[in-house]
Amino acid sequence: MNENRTNWPITALIALGSLIVLLPLYMAVMIAVKSPQQIAQSVLAWPDEWHWGNFAEAVRMTNFFQAFRNSAVITVFSVIFTLLTNSMVAYAISRNMDRKLFKGLYYYFVSALFVPFPIIMLPIVKETAQLGMNNPVGLILLYIVYGLSFNIFLYVGYLKSLPRELEEAAKIDGASIWGTFWRIIFPLLGPINATVAILTCIWAWNDFLLPLVILSKPHMTTLPLAQYVFQSKFGVEYNYAFASYLLALAPMVLVYVFAQRWIIDGVTRGAVK
Amino acid sequence: MRSSMKTYYWMVVPAVAIFFVFHTYPVLMGIFYSFTNWNGLSPDYDFVGLRNYLNVFRDGNVLDAYGFTIKFALLTTVIVNTISLVVAMGLNARIRLKNFFRGVYFLPNVLSMLIIGFIFNYLFSNVFPDAFERMGLDSLAFNILGKENTAWIGVVIVTVWQATAFNIMLYLAGLQTIPSDLYEASSLDGAGKWREFWSITFPMIAPFFTINMVLAMKNFLMVFDQIVALTGGGPGKATMSISYLIYTDGFQGGSFAYQSANAVVYFIIIVFISVIQLKFLQRREMDLG
Repeated sequence: MNENRTNWPITALIALGSLIVLLPLYMAVMIAVKSPQQIAQSVLAWPDEWHWGNFAEAVRMTNFFQAFRNSAVITVFSVIFTLLTNSMVAYAISRNMDRKLFKGLYYYFVSALFVPFPIIMLPIVKETAQLGMNNPVGLILLYIVYGLSFNIFLYVGYLKSLPRELEEAAKIDGASIWGTFWRIIFPLLGPINATVAILTCIWAWNDFLLPLVILSKPHMTTLPLAQYVFQSKFGVEYNYAFASYLLALAPMVLVYVFAQRWIIDGVTRGAVK
Repeated sequence: MRSSMKTYYWMVVPAVAIFFVFHTYPVLMGIFYSFTNWNGLSPDYDFVGLRNYLNVFRDGNVLDAYGFTIKFALLTTVIVNTISLVVAMGLNARIRLKNFFRGVYFLPNVLSMLIIGFIFNYLFSNVFPDAFERMGLDSLAFNILGKENTAWIGVVIVTVWQATAFNIMLYLAGLQTIPSDLYEASSLDGAGKWREFWSITFPMIAPFFTINMVLAMKNFLMVFDQIVALTGGGPGKATMSISYLIYTDGFQGGSFAYQSANAVVYFIIIVFISVIQLKFLQRREMDLG
């Protein structure tokens, strides 16, 4: 009867609620394209004159392209190596869960989820400095290693649901474990790889605390870190500051707009243990 | 047979070694330093036993930070979960532009907490007071981040704004696992909407509720970026969180060992709260299931 009728009251409420998400972002855009005088008149009003130059000035002041390149390199390598290594570790663990050693390793990795970062923070800064790893390479390694806990949890859950027949067939055909993993299992991990890739990407791109304590030189700065430095240096020029914030947010927003469905599905799937 | 086991070992041994070196070892070192008086720089240091721990429990600043962080985490967890459940149910209803709205509500999750904090910082200090003044609501026309007794509200608002996105998606995933014939049966029995929610919807998404509550609580206990961007722990020490205190005092204040002890206490409290939550919520899952 009324199976497919649109529920208009709820649609209206959802639309109203979405303004709470959109309005602050709209204001941020408006502040970024106005002059200080225009901002003083009204933040909400559509600008009579667009100051696109604010973005050019922000690029210059924050050395945007350098920070962008650093963030991009760190994020891309973290995602690639996380996929290649974490899935392999999880595979070895999931196929030997009946052995005490591997079961123990599973709990060893997953229990690390409950260790708060501040307890590691002070010693890891000393350690990376001593090893000469207080740079983007060290940071990438830390993202790969610290991701293990949650990713093993996700991968092992997913691997349990994969039928063993293919692996057994491969074994009869004489394939090694190594070959079986890379040629048969890894391609089958597509959906969970997507989830892990998305979560790692969001984390590595937006993370602030780890780069703040690990990176030692100004030229290694990532985008969030650049905003932090910018904020403390040029506290009053809000139009430039907001242009700079938007430039830092834009890449992830663009990725999100183009891969929206994929990202939402990925995150949702990650939740279903 | 033997050689296949060898391959499995080669797959895990390097990862275990690296994980130990960069995660477990720093944890152990943190615990070790907590029993010393090292300032983080000088070449030598002494063991002081439990002195740091005794001082942590007597330190007003530390206790205030625990008070703020735990209250903040409890409150934010409840608000975030309530709002995200309501929005998820709305997004799961028969509404127009479903995919568009899903996209909008999930957007904050891909945005950096730090930058969101900077944006809201300006809105709180300039835009909102100005808007309230123009509306004639002079009593609301002040910067909530600037007053000791209201600054926490600002931190809660920004955190909720950003964090609901993730929880909405998880609840939406949960709601989609509920078979629709359950609702048909209940409407035949004449159950009202309220009854339907408590008897069907809520029990069916119990595992998602558990995961959301535990993850949210754990994340909010570690609140850091928001504090940096919004208040810097102030005004006074009103919004000083534990992570932020350990960072500022441990690095800049030179109390490396002392804050290590604080971090160990923090670790124990987080594990304790998470375990209690899991036990309690999973028992509830079984009772309902």
